[in-house]
Amino acid sequence: MLTTLHKQLLNDYQRDFPLSARPYQDIADALGVTEADVLSAFTELNGNNFISRIGPVIPPNHIGVSALVAMSVPEQQLQAVADKISAYPEVNHNYEREHRLNLWFVIIASDAEHLRAVIDSIERETSYPAMLLPMLDDFFIDLGFKLDLNNA
Amino acid sequence: MLDETDRKIIQATQAGLPLTPQPYQAIAEQLGLTTDDVMMRMSAMQNSGIIRRIGAVPNHYKLGYRFNGMTVWNVPDETIDELGQKVGQLEFVSHCYHRPRHPTEWMYNLFAMVHGKSQQDVDQQIQQISDLLGDYNLGCDVLYSTKILKKTGFRTTARMQEVEQSMEQLPSSGKSKGTQPVTD
Repeated sequence: MLTTLHKQLLNDYQRDFPLSARPYQDIADALGVTEADVLSAFTELNGNNFISRIGPVIPPNHIGVSALVAMSVPEQQLQAVADKISAYPEVNHNYEREHRLNLWFVIIASDAEHLRAVIDSIERETSYPAMLLPMLDDFFIDLGFKLDLNNA
Repeated sequence: MLDETDRKIIQATQAGLPLTPQPYQAIAEQLGLTTDDVMMRMSAMQNSGIIRRIGAVPNHYKLGYRFNGMTVWNVPDETIDELGQKVGQLEFVSHCYHRPRHPTEWMYNLFAMVHGKSQQDVDQQIQQISDLLGDYNLGCDVLYSTKILKKTGFRTTARMQEVEQSMEQLPSSGKSKGTQPVTD
């Protein structure tokens, strides 16, 4: 069960986590609780996997280059092809999706040349063409994701 | 520009700030820096946009948002900046990107990840985007994920020592099945 404090932390601190010597104390002051309350609530959220971490979020392509890649792979070969692709350390996410283009993955590389080399290698190894969908523009206006926690 | 110390700070914070009263001090000690130096550098990186935000990263799946779709739209190129901004502001959209078309195989140039607690939620969200785009919606599709084949967060390899990457991502449910968004 989520307490009021859990919900406040989840919805109000997706951004603007204090950059100060005692950030949990600052949050505690803002919410009228103790630093120990905030620390234990965050520890619970973390332990229950309601948050994956507290920390800086870096937008894509600010450090290194990345691309979304789509492939069309026959169903019976999908797992084998996906395993080959997932074995690349540069491959970050890899999903099966319900579409003719049924394999979607993200490559993160140090630079454009490295990215191209990984794609070429994947195409050679799997013998399926990779459709490259790099991000051209990021329209995400980061207001934080408003969570409906009424039933959480 | 990022220097080596900035990169080390990003790398050291990717697993999360420690849940101790003075988390930046802990990072500073780990890197042999002063707490002020860590905080000033993080502040500078935030001002320059290297760091988008500092905060708790919620696990939407675990919080009940189990229905996630990658919606893709074909909109006229001359409208995409304006329309992309509008779609990106919708509160249920977690990522919104312009990506290239690949005629004639793939005509969709606008990607928006949507998240809901039910299929009905997601259907309504898709309708809302469709209404927003109006006549500029020249075609759309929604791709649901059927299987997570790999999902890893930050890592550094020898080849990628220059890459200190934190993905703007929704965290994994830790399960092998489910609907999770693709981000990059």
